Amino acid sequence: MSPQTIDVNLLSLAPELVVILFGFIIMLMDPFFPYDKKRYLSYPALIGCCIAAVFTFVLHGKRIISFNDMIALDGYSTFFDYLFILIAILSILIACDYIEQERIMYGEYFSLILFATSGMMLMAKGINLLLIFLGLEVLSLSTYVLAGIMKRDLKSNEAALKYFLLGAFSSAFLLYGIALIYGTAGSIDIPGILKYLKGGFPSGVFLIGVALMIVGFGFKVAAVPFHMWTPDAYEGAPTSVTAFMSVGPKAAGFAAFLRIFISALLPIVSEWSGILWVIAILTMFVGNLAALVQENIKRMLAYSSIAHAGYIIIGIIVADELGGSALLFYLLSYTLMNIGAFTVAILLRKEDEGYEIMDYAGASVKHPLLSLLMAVFLLSLAGFPPTAGFMGKFYIFSAAVKKGYIGLALIGVINSAISVYYYLRVVVLMYMVEPRREFRPLKVGIFTSIALIISIWGTIQLGVYPSGVIDFARSVVGPLFHLPSNLGSLFSTKAF
Amino acid sequence: MELKGLPILSIVIFMPLVGSLPLFFIGKERVNLIRSWALFITLITFFMSLLLFFNFDQNSAEFQFQERIVWIHELGISYHVGIDGISLWLLLLTTFLGPITVLCSWSAITERVRDYMICLLILETGILGVFSSLDLFLFYVFWESQLIPMYLLIGIWGSYNRIYAAVKFVIYTMAGSLMMLVAIMYIYFYHNNQTGFFSMDILDLYKLYFPYHIQIVLFIAFFLAFAFKVPMFPFHTWLPDAHVEAPTAGSVILAGILLKMGTYGFLRFNIPMFTEASISLAPFMYVLAVTGIIYGALVSMVQPDLKKLVAYSSVSHLGFVMLGIFAFTVQGIQGGILQMVNHGLSTGALFLIVGILYERRHTRLISQFGGLSKVIPRFAAIFMIVSLSSIGLPGLNGFVGEFLIILGTFISSNPYSRIAAILAASGVIFAAVYMLWMFQRVMFGTITHEENKYLKDLNIREFAYLLPVLLFIIWIGIYPSTFLKPMERSVKEIVVTVEKKIDKSNVISEVDKKIFHYRR
Repeated sequence: MSPQTIDVNLLSLAPELVVILFGFIIMLMDPFFPYDKKRYLSYPALIGCCIAAVFTFVLHGKRIISFNDMIALDGYSTFFDYLFILIAILSILIACDYIEQERIMYGEYFSLILFATSGMMLMAKGINLLLIFLGLEVLSLSTYVLAGIMKRDLKSNEAALKYFLLGAFSSAFLLYGIALIYGTAGSIDIPGILKYLKGGFPSGVFLIGVALMIVGFGFKVAAVPFHMWTPDAYEGAPTSVTAFMSVGPKAAGFAAFLRIFISALLPIVSEWSGILWVIAILTMFVGNLAALVQENIKRMLAYSSIAHAGYIIIGIIVADELGGSALLFYLLSYTLMNIGAFTVAILLRKEDEGYEIMDYAGASVKHPLLSLLMAVFLLSLAGFPPTAGFMGKFYIFSAAVKKGYIGLALIGVINSAISVYYYLRVVVLMYMVEPRREFRPLKVGIFTSIALIISIWGTIQLGVYPSGVIDFARSVVGPLFHLPSNLGSLFSTKAF
Repeated sequence: MELKGLPILSIVIFMPLVGSLPLFFIGKERVNLIRSWALFITLITFFMSLLLFFNFDQNSAEFQFQERIVWIHELGISYHVGIDGISLWLLLLTTFLGPITVLCSWSAITERVRDYMICLLILETGILGVFSSLDLFLFYVFWESQLIPMYLLIGIWGSYNRIYAAVKFVIYTMAGSLMMLVAIMYIYFYHNNQTGFFSMDILDLYKLYFPYHIQIVLFIAFFLAFAFKVPMFPFHTWLPDAHVEAPTAGSVILAGILLKMGTYGFLRFNIPMFTEASISLAPFMYVLAVTGIIYGALVSMVQPDLKKLVAYSSVSHLGFVMLGIFAFTVQGIQGGILQMVNHGLSTGALFLIVGILYERRHTRLISQFGGLSKVIPRFAAIFMIVSLSSIGLPGLNGFVGEFLIILGTFISSNPYSRIAAILAASGVIFAAVYMLWMFQRVMFGTITHEENKYLKDLNIREFAYLLPVLLFIIWIGIYPSTFLKPMERSVKEIVVTVEKKIDKSNVISEVDKKIFHYRR
């Protein structure tokens, strides 16, 4: 393998290629479908996701480094491939009915979700900072458009513009950070940076580069103080897109965040863990305290998603195998319960896009099953056993305790206690207050039902019997810590 | 241990939960079927738990009926249940009160009966799980998961200010138990550091020795969780609200069983695991317990609301239990456990009685009653017995418990215990004051309110659930050995553990050790 030849191994990118291919197919098919038939475009999107999942499954357990140390197909990226495909499938399932009712039935919707998914996958697979940046941009650009897909809705436009402007800033920060790191370390791939750091304590410019990367990723995962865009973007975007935005970019951001900070920057952990410590605490407190006073369910869930980012950052700070696997587990649990909550929010909304929390008053009388589901999702977000949310929090806080971050764990549990109040408020309204409005009769479509079943099943399953996922998460995080500087000796490009 | 090949303990624990599932499929308008089914399930659970009692080996201090299945093997967490002489009684108390709570809500609850019964049944499983978990993680899961059904019971079927009370209940309890969660994690990793393997098994964790300063911190973390639950003064402020707003069955469960989870926690975790801290913090616990006893009694005296009066009397009674437990003597701890059962029976019965009155008059204000004994004599008789039992009249259950506690505290080696015992005894006098005065104002005198002249006396259903309680009130009062014998071994085991740890301890001064042995 000489530096001149490009080491192409398309198989390592198979899931990405499949979703991109189906994205294009949908775009090509789009003109041939009349407006009222456009929902059928979701079928190719789902099929694409399923094929990508099959490829991921086939590649499960393989380790391939290709494209001259740019792409690493390993257990870690496989885990995230599964997660992103799950997110894509759930987003497509919950979108179908919703975008038809809201008259934003465009074929691009599905293409953009698929493109965004490919970007997320690249972020988890990249071991080269520029490639990670590339994935981030593919993801971000698709999401900007999705946020503004309600072209005639002012709020949607506002959301898209805010998201775009702040997102562009954050990308610039990230890129600047990458540039500084390249300037000092002479390399932008993870093994190169690791080699540089093993050579001695890095220069101040390198540290500034790391700080700028934290800023860039902080924007993507909505960590305080880089969270300003979140509530407005979440509120204005179409709700099915909000559901996607609240889990997809966040998970992808954390995938890259964790890989870079563990695989490359572990030698200088003492330099960045302090910054992240402050960010984590701020994020938890600001998210939870602001969520207490929200009157709109989408804004409430937006602040709650900020708070959850705070819990998840603990997994990076801990910087060991337990913390990393806890982060992965938490992301999966968070995905399931959050998408579930958004799905119910979509179903129980008022005709004119009303998402006031007060509208939930008495919902359990008319919609007992949906209320029960919502209650379970919210209780899971609040961290009550036996749900995924509890298990995730237990796992991530115990990782913190193990590493000696007892203060961090204490602040985490105090925040969980605060969060109970606003999650329970919705439950209170649904179950203990008389209805204040007419609930319209609901037709829950088959797709939406499937999405709900997947989320509720996952939420309970991960809470009651999390063993398999914990095992998987542990096995994939371990190798991140033992990355040899000469990758070729461990990973074989000749595997295929 | 399995009984004839059946995992009998798990069956008892999960019977109510499984039994609640068919309710989802019964039409919600068929309320009588729903009620009967819930009654059936709780009765079955009670009879199954009697099997545990009859097969319980009274001469063993081991945990019995143990079942162990690996749950999350990566984290060393298993589903491990088992009972000893301490948890046996609390388990039986829970299953015993199960059918009673269903019966007492028969006509009181008319809205959303199905959801109500589902909550009751799930709650029962949660509580049974707490009392029989032998895995710290499993314990925590049960501990937290019973919060939600109780929260719904208060919040949906409570009275006027129910939402405030429900949210207060959850936030207070949650705040306390999350501190415990961090402590649990710490213990978990400490165990891993010491032994090299992950385990949440209580029997493994019992073998750990923590340095003294860590014990203190861990003790406080667990203390917060349990003190909120008991509730010890000054953590009791949620209790009157929760009781006043909860439906009768909710109050019965809350007072009868949920509060015992706190005292049980002290006995199961704090004392065996953080022994030295428990001994050095015992004076502090005495202060809180005695303050609770006297404060609860004094506040009870001036309550205009019957339910609030009973609620504050709980604070007082639970102070006795805490005092007994922290006496570290066989008598004190036995008395404490017996008093937990007693309080479950007599305060549970008091709440039932208040519920019966409320159902007839839709008020609980003492000033609205008076002279009832002429109108409803049978009711008055039962009310009298229960009140006397709550006061601690010899011959009834309360006396035995309180006597053992005060005796156990008095002979305890702790230098402060005698003062505590003397002060606590004054609580018994106060109890007589507030209970008898309340009884007099409600039952005797002239009938001042026209409506009270036409009250109906107890019906058969009400008799059916009050009589078993009375039976046990008298049984414990006359022949407490039935109840003391099975717990004796387990209690001695705890006391021996405490003694051993004191002898080995280098934190407790030699003088204190001598006092400890001298008094024994």
